[in-house]
Amino acid sequence: MKTAEEHWLYVISSKKKLLDLNFKEIWNYRDLLFLFVKRDIITLYKQTVLGPLWYLIQPLFTSLIFTLIFNNLADIPTGEGVPNFLFNLAGITSWNYFKDCLVGTSDTFKKNENIFGKVYFPRVIMPMSVVVSNLLKFGIQLLVFIGFYIYYLYFTGNTFNVMPQLSLLLLPLLIGLMALLGLGFGMIISSMTTKYRDLTFLVQFGVQLLMYGSAVMYPMSYFKDKLPNYYWLIEWSPIAIIIESFRAMVFGVGELDINKLIYTIITSFIIFLIGLIIFNKTEKSFIDTI
Amino acid sequence: MSSEIILKVENIGKQYRLGLVGTGTISHDLNRWWNRIRGKEDPYLKVGEANDRSSKGDSDYVWAIKDINFEVKRGEVLGIIGKNGAGKSTLLKILSRVTGPTTGQIKTKGRIASLLEVGTGFHPEMTGRENIYLNGAILGMTKAEINSKIDEIIDFSGCLRYVDTPVKRYSSGMKVRLAFAVAAHLEPDILVVDEVLAVGDAEFQKKAIGKMQDISHSDGRTVLFVSHNMAAVKSLCTRAIVLEHGTSVFEGGVDEAISYYLNLDNTNGSETLRYFKEEDFKEYSFFIQSVGIKGVSKNYEEPLTREDHLILEMSITKHTTEVLVVVFRFKDGDGNIIFVTNSNDAQMNLENEGKQLLSMHLPNFFFNEGNFSVDAMITNGKKQLFFEPDCIQYTMLQEAKKLGDWMGKTKGALKPKFEWLLEYES
Repeated sequence: MKTAEEHWLYVISSKKKLLDLNFKEIWNYRDLLFLFVKRDIITLYKQTVLGPLWYLIQPLFTSLIFTLIFNNLADIPTGEGVPNFLFNLAGITSWNYFKDCLVGTSDTFKKNENIFGKVYFPRVIMPMSVVVSNLLKFGIQLLVFIGFYIYYLYFTGNTFNVMPQLSLLLLPLLIGLMALLGLGFGMIISSMTTKYRDLTFLVQFGVQLLMYGSAVMYPMSYFKDKLPNYYWLIEWSPIAIIIESFRAMVFGVGELDINKLIYTIITSFIIFLIGLIIFNKTEKSFIDTI
Repeated sequence: MSSEIILKVENIGKQYRLGLVGTGTISHDLNRWWNRIRGKEDPYLKVGEANDRSSKGDSDYVWAIKDINFEVKRGEVLGIIGKNGAGKSTLLKILSRVTGPTTGQIKTKGRIASLLEVGTGFHPEMTGRENIYLNGAILGMTKAEINSKIDEIIDFSGCLRYVDTPVKRYSSGMKVRLAFAVAAHLEPDILVVDEVLAVGDAEFQKKAIGKMQDISHSDGRTVLFVSHNMAAVKSLCTRAIVLEHGTSVFEGGVDEAISYYLNLDNTNGSETLRYFKEEDFKEYSFFIQSVGIKGVSKNYEEPLTREDHLILEMSITKHTTEVLVVVFRFKDGDGNIIFVTNSNDAQMNLENEGKQLLSMHLPNFFFNEGNFSVDAMITNGKKQLFFEPDCIQYTMLQEAKKLGDWMGKTKGALKPKFEWLLEYES
């Protein structure tokens, strides 16, 4: 072979590497990532009357219902001095981000079959754009949460002794972990659904069930007191740990265990990596199986 | 520089599984995995046969394409021709990285983009301008590239007035224009063009081909052109490969490739030269050896194009001096009779005994492109003696056209060239 022929731009090959991510290529397509994000945002609430207000309505009403059912009716305590509504809003805001990332990426291949079947770009751009556009939505919801937080803190005469903790500085880490987990699971599910459609049904109610097992509307300590035999079910659930940690950061009640956090970081990365590998393997041939 | 190889396709193969995908896949997957961890070959890769959809195979696995090898040089326009199901689309899908090959590899030195992706990823709720950006980015352009071309693209599309209106309010024609405008302003090193030219109106075809001309000729870009339109292939490409049943059966100059391709067709029904058996003429006082049609100064294997003067020949041996009238009935592809002609009108009846060759000349630029057949008939002036329906069948091709000419087919079986005259009256 002549040396001039060695400089191939890229090679399309039948051989599959375990993890064959071309970061330079993804970087080259960064404009596409942001255009997808832009598309998601500007098209989501087109031709709706309330528009982006829907971002706020959903968590607020869910928190309200949760407060009525779980706190007023079922008497689940939310820790010393933490208003029930605020407690639920914190849980739901963080849970929503994870859930949106998971659900939004879990049908990547099926939803984009049309585009993927016609033109090539690094497929991973698609789930990444979902995570980024959900981050924006999460940001808005977080602002609402902060608004209510300030209201409760300064404008209610309650004996309200919660304060944001110094550990709040770790918030970006938590958000990153939620994105990583949601993206990881989403990529695994989206890859598997190209072959085994059953998973679509599993996602629909699985996410629902997972919410009850993720300490969204109750503190973990309460679960431990009431159902010690089942505590292991949620004790090491990464998403439950993240939500519990988030509340611990903003309210100062609940558990913020550094060991558990490190464990969560490791698990999230492993799940993300597994997701990436499976996604990578699938993207080459999914168009033949879907 | 011009001889530099920009794309190299080596042993590319793609296997598909027939039937219902999803039944029994877990067991196959497990079997595959079990073989792989023991370091053995994939058990399902061995089975599978060449892709011939008309014959029933033994296995559920087929090779849509197999062992495809070719190289493309920079600036070359390579045609890829083949019948439906020959594997053209599969090859294109692999080239544009939509799906991976089962075997082999493709090496490229340039970005590959394809014109078949017209309008991919258009979002109906977004405006034309927003869609240009999104579509351009999907096709691999950066925002900066699009920024520098946005005016040109809008101008080319002719949708300036609507460019800030959501695409869902566009007519379908406007959507196509906008989409094509984006695709046409891609600047890939290798452009893959599928049969976009088959769709759209004359204006669109003209624009598409004109743009391709710019791309291949002035910019020296490499183009892979896939089409059924032999006239377009002939005028654009310098080299072509012919695919049949998933394998590459011919590679070479475009003219040879086209005639090879047409002869593939000939084996399935159309024949320009027909031989008869002597025993079939036992009851007759004559024996027709053969009837055939070809271009003057060409042989029977070569394809017929509208440029060719045609000659219809009948080789016949007469045992008596009975006067015979030869009648030819020309029919179009649908079996409608176009015209009937006979030797009596030309005062060229067969009178003498012995072996003779009767030939009839047909002008060029007479038949339209398409399929034709000829019924041969022999009478003695009063009674029909011999009749052979669809005695010969042939296909007329378009003449080579200039780029930018309309490549479509006009209606009607005939398309004669008449003399037109324009006089100015003062």
